[in-house]
Parts: sequence; C-alpha cells; structure tokens
Amino acid sequence: MLHSSIDRVAHATPPAVAQRIRGLSDRAIAWIFVAPSIVLLLAINIFPLIWTIRLSFTNFRVNRPNEPVQFVGLRNYLNILTDEDIWLTMQATAHFLIWTIVLQVLIGFSLAYLINKKFRGNDLWTTLIVLPMMLSPAVVGNFWTFLYQPQIGLFNYAVGFLTGADPSSFSMIGDTSLAPWAIIIVDTWMWTPFVMLICLAGLRSIPNSIYEAAECDRASNWRQFWTITIPMVLPFLMLAILFRGIENFKMFDLVVQLTGGGPGSITELTSINLKREAFEKWRTGYASAYAVILFVTVFGLASIYVKALNKVKQR
Amino acid sequence: MSSYSVTEPSARQKWFAGTLVVLYAVITILPLLWIIGTSFKSPSDAIAYPPKTFFQPTLEGYVNLFTTRTRVTEEQLKQMGEPTTWYDRLVRKDGLIIAGPSRFTERFYNSVIIGFGSTVLCIVLGTAAAYAFSRFKVPLKDDLLFFILSTRMMPPIAVAIPIFLMFRSLGLNDTHAGMILLYTAVNLSLSVWLLKGFIDEIPIEYEEAALIDGYTRFQAFYKVVLPQAATGIASTAIFCLIFAWNEYAFAVLLTSGTAQTAPPFIPTIIGVGGQDWPAVAAGATLFLVPVMVFTILLRKHLLRGITFGAVRK
Amino acid sequence: MKQMLLSSTVVIGAYFAISGAAGTHAEAAELTLCWAAWDPANALVELSKDFETKSGNTMKFEFVPWPNFADRMLNELNSGGKLCDLMIGDSQWIGGAAENGQYIKLNDFFDKEGIKMSDFIPATVVGYAEWPKNTPNYWALPAFGDVVGWTYRKDWFSRPELQAEFKQKYGRDLAVPKTFAELKDIAEFFQKRQIDGKTVYGAAIYTERGSEGITMGAMDVLYSFGFEYGNPKKAYELDGFVNSADAVKGLEFYKALYDCCTPPGHSDAYMSEDIDAYKSGQVALQMNFAFTWPGIHVDANVGGDKSGYFPNPAGPTGIQFAQLGGQGISVVAASDKQKEALDYIKWFAQPEIQKKWWSLGGYSALRSVVEDPGFATSQPYAQTFLDSMAIVKDFWAEPSYASLLQASQKRFHDYVVAKQGTAQDALDGLAEDWKDIFEDEGKY
Repeated sequence: MLHSSIDRVAHATPPAVAQRIRGLSDRAIAWIFVAPSIVLLLAINIFPLIWTIRLSFTNFRVNRPNEPVQFVGLRNYLNILTDEDIWLTMQATAHFLIWTIVLQVLIGFSLAYLINKKFRGNDLWTTLIVLPMMLSPAVVGNFWTFLYQPQIGLFNYAVGFLTGADPSSFSMIGDTSLAPWAIIIVDTWMWTPFVMLICLAGLRSIPNSIYEAAECDRASNWRQFWTITIPMVLPFLMLAILFRGIENFKMFDLVVQLTGGGPGSITELTSINLKREAFEKWRTGYASAYAVILFVTVFGLASIYVKALNKVKQR
Repeated sequence: MSSYSVTEPSARQKWFAGTLVVLYAVITILPLLWIIGTSFKSPSDAIAYPPKTFFQPTLEGYVNLFTTRTRVTEEQLKQMGEPTTWYDRLVRKDGLIIAGPSRFTERFYNSVIIGFGSTVLCIVLGTAAAYAFSRFKVPLKDDLLFFILSTRMMPPIAVAIPIFLMFRSLGLNDTHAGMILLYTAVNLSLSVWLLKGFIDEIPIEYEEAALIDGYTRFQAFYKVVLPQAATGIASTAIFCLIFAWNEYAFAVLLTSGTAQTAPPFIPTIIGVGGQDWPAVAAGATLFLVPVMVFTILLRKHLLRGITFGAVRK
Repeated sequence: MKQMLLSSTVVIGAYFAISGAAGTHAEAAELTLCWAAWDPANALVELSKDFETKSGNTMKFEFVPWPNFADRMLNELNSGGKLCDLMIGDSQWIGGAAENGQYIKLNDFFDKEGIKMSDFIPATVVGYAEWPKNTPNYWALPAFGDVVGWTYRKDWFSRPELQAEFKQKYGRDLAVPKTFAELKDIAEFFQKRQIDGKTVYGAAIYTERGSEGITMGAMDVLYSFGFEYGNPKKAYELDGFVNSADAVKGLEFYKALYDCCTPPGHSDAYMSEDIDAYKSGQVALQMNFAFTWPGIHVDANVGGDKSGYFPNPAGPTGIQFAQLGGQGISVVAASDKQKEALDYIKWFAQPEIQKKWWSLGGYSALRSVVEDPGFATSQPYAQTFLDSMAIVKDFWAEPSYASLLQASQKRFHDYVVAKQGTAQDALDGLAEDWKDIFEDEGKY
C-alpha cells in the first residue's frame, strides 16, 4: 500500500461517535491532543523561520553585539545570487545529488529485483545490507577518511588489489577529480539499501495475477519487465528519489567529516558553505538570506516533484 | 517457456540472484568489519602498510578511548613503581601514564539522556496528535499534517541559525533540555506520521464498543487504543531514538561541553601526538552496536520507519 | 528498636557530616579551563594540581582537538556560554574577543598583582595579550609560546652513503638547510628513497583545508619570501604587498614543495597528520609547531639522537620569518567565577610555576625562564625555540579574523592542492577578498 507522505491524507474521518458520550467533546479532546505538538513546532520551527526571514534583511552579526543592526534591504540576497562561489557550491551539490540518486536507484533496484527472487536466506542478507544506513553519518564519514588513506586505507588497497595499480598512487580525498566521487561512493554505500527496501516493497506489491495474465499472452520476460514491473514500481521509485533528494540536498555531516569541503572547494556543498558563513564567519544576516534561499529551493523543487509523483500514481 | 513461473523463480535464477546479493552484502559489510577490527588493533598495526588483516588483538584502543594519558619522563616513570592494573601496563609500555578518564563516558551518557528524553517526549506528543488526526475531524487537518512534515525538509544548518539565537537568549545553549526539545521537534513529524498510520490500522469498532460500554474517550484511548498500538509505538520510538542518536549538525553547533553527544565527539578523539585510529574505531564500534541491534530487531518495520510511513509492507 | 534508633542517628550524623563538608566545599569553586587537546594540555593538567592543592579550587578541563578548536570555542564565546571560566584562546581571536567584550581586560589586575608584561618575551606579549596591537591594553597573559619550525631525521642526514650521494648531486654537504631552496633540495633528495627497506618521502607540510592548516603553512614560507600583510606605512593597503611578486614566488614555492616532496595523500594534513607522518618514519623533514618537539624527543621510533630541530630557513633575499603560534590565557567575561579565574592566572604567572611549566613540556613565555643561562641547553630543541621566537610574524588578529582566514584557506587550497589557477590569481583573489572584508568593516 502506497500513500505518499506528501500527498494529503484522505482517509475518511470516522463517525464522531463521542458526541453521544459523556466527558469532553471530541473537538476539545482533538485540540488537547494536537495542541502541544503544534505549539512545539511553532516555537522551534516556525518562529525561528520568521526570525530568519527578518534577519535576512539586516547586516546582523552574532559575534558583534556592540554594533548597530542595520536594515539592508535585498542586499544580502543580491550578493548571494551574484556570488560565483555560491553557484559553484550549488553545482557541487547538484553533481552530488544527481549521481548519488542515479547510482542508488540503479544498484538499489537491481538488488531489490534479485532479492525478490526469494532465494534461501534472503532475509538475513537483506538485514546485513541495510546496516550501513542506520549508522551515524558523521562517524561513518570520519572513518571513511581512514579507509581512503592512500597508504594505509582499505579502499585504496582493495582497488590496488583488483586493478594492479599502486594503492598509494591515488588519493580519493586529495585529488580534485576523485574527491567528488569519494563522497558519492560513501553516500551510495550508505543509502543504496534505502532505495532497495522501497523498491522491494514495490516489487512485492505487484500481484502475481498480472504476470500470469501476461504469461497467457505469451509476453516475453523482457516485455513483462518493461510493461509490468517498471511501471508498477515507478511510484515507489519516485518516492525513494524524493526522500534521497531532500536528504542529500541537506547533506552536511557525512561530507564535512569526509572531505571538509576540500580539496579547494571541490566538495563544498551548500550546507557546508552555509555553515562557514553562519558559524565560522558569523555573518548572521547574510547566512539567514542564504538559508531562506535554500528553503525556497527545496520546497519549490519538492512540490513540483510531488505534483509529478501524483500524476504517475494516478495513471 | 512453459516451466517459467513468476511466483516461483527457477533454481538457477535463485542461485544466480543469491550469489550476487551475497557478494554485495559481503562487500558492503566489509568497511563495518574493518572498523570493528581496527578497534582491536594496536596503533602501529592500525597504520601498518599494507593494511593488516591478521593481527594480535589488543584492548589498547578501548583503554585509550576511556582515558587521557600523559607523557612522563623515565625518572618519573621509575619513581611511580610497578603498574597495578592491566590497563596501566598497556599504556606504560609507550612511556605514558593514565592521567584520568576521558570525556567519552560523558558524551555517551549525554547521547543516552538526550536520545531517550527526546524519544519519550516525542512519543507522548506524537501519539496524542496522531490519535487526534486519525480519529477526529481536526480543522485544516491536511494542512497541519503537511506542515508537520515540511519541518523535516529544512537543512539543519539553516534551522540552526535562529535556534542558536533563540537558545542563547533563553539560556538553552549546551543544555540537555534544549537538545531534548530540539530533537523532539525535529522527530515529531516522523512520530506523528508513523503513529497515525499504525492507529489508522486499528479498527475503530473496538473503541466504539468500549464507548458503548461506558468508557470515556480518554479511557477508550488509554485502555483500548494504546495497547493495540504498542508495537507501532515501540518501533516508532526506536526510529526516533536512532535519529537522535546519530544526529550531528545540531549537536556540533549548539553544544560544546556540557550537553555534547557522541557523534561530534568521536571524530575528535586524538591520542598523544597523532590521530588515534584504534580509539576512534573503538568509540565508533561502541556507538554503532546499539543501532545495529535495533536494526535487526526492527527489520519488519524498517521500511515504514524510514519512509515516514509512506510505504508499508 | 534501639538498634534502629542508633542507626538512624548514624544516618543523620552522616548526613550532617556530608552536608557540612559540602558546605565548606561550596566556597571553593570548580573552574573550567578550555584549550586545545594536545600534549601541552596534558602537561597543564599535571601543573594545575599544585593550584588545586594551594587554592582548594578544583580544575576541570575542556580540551578540543585543533581542527575543531576555533570552531567550538568561538561558538562558545559568541553564544555567551558559561562552559569556560578560563580560555587559552588562539592568538588571532584576541581582537574579536576584546572588541566584543568576551574576555575581561587584565590591566588593573596586572597592576594590582605586580605582574609586568615586560617580564615576558616581547613577541608573545604583542601576539597573545595586546589589542589593539602595540598598545598597552592586555586581554591575556602569555601562556604558551609557540612557533612553526622544522624537525629533521638527524640519523638519516648522518649516513655516510647518503652524505656522499648528496654532495655529489648538489655540491654541498647534507646539512640543516639555511634557505628554503636548500630545504627543497633535501626534500627532493629523500623523496621516494628507499631507507631500511621502506619508501620514504621528503617533507610533511601543512595542507589542511577545514580550519587554518594551509594558511599557517603557506604563510610560514611566504613571510620569508617577502609577503606583507599590507603597507607598513598605511594600514589596510594591501595591493602590492599581499600579492607582490615576491609573495607570488613564495606561494609558487609552497606548491612546488607540495607537488614534489610530500607523502601520498598529504592533501589535508595539519599538526597531527604531520606528526603521524614523521613518527612513522615516512618523511625526512617535518614542518610543525614547536609544541610537537618534546613529544618527538621522547618518541620510541624517532626520538633522542634520531631527530634534530631547526628554525624556519630564510627566503631568497635572506629575509627570515616564522609563523607565530601559541596562546595567552584569558578570563571569560561570561564566567561567574572571575575572581577564582584571576587567582589561577596569578598563580600561573609565578616564576617558579613557569619554570616547572617548561620542565613539563610547556613553552613558557616568561623571560626569566627562557633567558636563564641553562635554558638553551636544557633540551635539544630549546635553542631552536629561542631562535624561532625571535623571528615571528602572525596572521591578522582583527575581529574579522575568521573571514580573513576562510579566504586564505580557500585561495591557498584551491591553488596548492586543487591545482586551480596560478599563484598570482590566488594572491590577487586573496587581496580582493580581504579588501571586501575590510570594506565591510568600514576600514576604508
């Protein structure tokens, strides 16, 4: 059963039985139950958001309490949108986003397809495969710097063993052309199981009767795959892409531990860049504008995507 | 062609699929095993070239994780007499003495406090809200549910700027209470959405019967719905816990000494002089074990948890 | 019944005893001192035991590793946190901490207690205590003198076969380099050489991106090539100084050194990575702060006679500078225990404590310690430390130092490690970045 988390919940509300019953009215109970959550979210999410928007029009700096705060209009926004370096971090983020999604979808779907062949012990192996994604990304990122060490790291040694290259002849983190792939490899290692699980749910939701009907029509395996399996799994796959997309747009912990944005600024994703502006340079007003731009981007992209997802589902 | 059946793949297909999946699983699990293995290496074995697969296991990494050591001169060392415990002996051979406990225990303890505190709060608030959303006509319900979810889409660094300011003026920076509130707010979307799904699945007839038997709404919720939703609540709780356990960005920006959790701490473990990989690995291993155990326990609900209840199995 | 009564009396008695004890303890404070997590910090823990016994206060320590130190501690200061009562903060923070009221001013305290800044090494007073620089406004007491210098493998340098080969190749003896050009020759000579069956490399230098690593390393070289932070006669005039032809040559040299003579994967190395590389016997030369020397001296692999120390060599025109490190100790303005914190500084400033500080591996900045006739020979690295401290130069200590540092980190790493653009581009860009920052600050 699939119902997108973004799509509005459309279950019929059960009949209001309680009207007849003593005690508080349903309406009162409903409010009592919902209010604390809403209050907390207003306090910790919405109020700060409004504050951020307000700050984004000022030159406020947290570390300069003695300086007067000035209203600077749209200057922060203009500075950000015309800053080449920020566009470079956007490009780095896009590169990371696109390739992690492509790889994770390909590998994740293939794995799910294979696991769905229901070989003996598939449950055990599935659980093992899933382990990496439950770990703390910061700890994982930190440890992968060790695995990527050219001389002592397992990764380089394994690559050297398989290809015959000298393990110390390349540095995944230090080389400009390899570093973007270093972060993609670790993210893919960690999150492919996520896509795999969702695909598996999709594959298992396809009723056998559809394949049996196709058999009767003597449709080839290849044809069945493209006309039944793929379309039926597509909504699930799109959901997986949505989740991965949002998560990797926010990506910070794993990459900051792994490369710290280097070499140079090759792997400086937007979140890392934003952190430098906000918590190292302490340009609070500027960073707030930056944050608002990121909000708008992620909400905009996500809602366009959700529209597309709903269309696919309705087919 | 006729022997082909979709419901039951052929033995050859199974063998082929099984081999590939096992191969992938082995490759993917290797880095994890390497972390655990490194935690039992001596510092020199850990940075040996080429990497050592077989080595003399030692607990040095764990000793280094839990202690701070200091270098002393040979004369001082002689004055101090024989080491009394096995861990003293272990560090003495490098010309060091144990100066005291490290901060790891505190950080781990903070992770436990903040993790469990936020989980409990999150489940209490989330269950109530989820029940209301599931059973009642709440005005603007869809918008509220979407609003709750959307709070999870914001990059944590962006959220952290105003939170930092707000906590600073409230004195919540670097406190357990502040982190618990923050993690609760972040996790609330997960908890509401997951629990709503679980509660939706409990037939409404049970409550109606209870109401007719003279229970109040509260009693029906408490005595009928909660026990029915116990499994769902338990697995939601574990998902909230895992998130709070693994969280890094807020922890690194909003805590420093008192309330810092383990994830920002582990990468900063260094020994005397250089990076102490066995100690880092030991910290990582101890930190990862609970999550691994939970993952195995949770495998039935895993999918639901990681997709906010969007996909159920 | 009687027994019960008795036991409750005991319990009550014990309760009063405990609360009484707690009462007396309540007057003694628990002070938290924040510093970087490194060898000297452990020595300070040892040293501070004396303060605990004498004052009755207890000391707690919060040590953060270097790559996270500035981040964490500036966050703490800016959030007005009360974690640290005493802060041994990095020299460059002093401007911001002073102007934003994060440290308390120590002039009155120094006067009252008879602590004289003229008793400390002048470079450390300017570097760690003063803001604005070269004015008698003190925000810290120099606590730990530090400077970038070099460590080399004395045992390798003294091998006859290597000496002969080197002499034949370069026409001079294999000895401590006097200039950076000589240093590079030596690094090249050792690069990928087989020594005792192991491949070794030339030099471990600073290349770290995240905090301040590559800036500290590159600047250490750039100074001696003629780099200036600005026009000495006109403040904040950068063009032609930051990006002078000499500075460009210096940065080109740093990149050449990185390209030719560092171990594989040396793209993100700072203090601890360099120590690792040196201690594991991978490199012949190591650039690092002086704080590492006591640890190297007693190291099982490379300690004792196997290692020697030398100050930063001179540049092509004979100018010789070294990057200043080190810190002063300050009292955090947000702390509730300022009185006890000042007591600690008073205790720490005593000559005999400073002497003990040096013996434990802490580089005292007190002149009576370092000018003692026995000092230079007290440790094999002591003379090098003194020579280095005489030629120091430091990075900006402006309130906007973090932004200035971020700019240099990016420009240097982009050019040296990520191989983008030329040295001229990097320094022109840096001058632009810095001018923008100063413009923002209203300096023009």
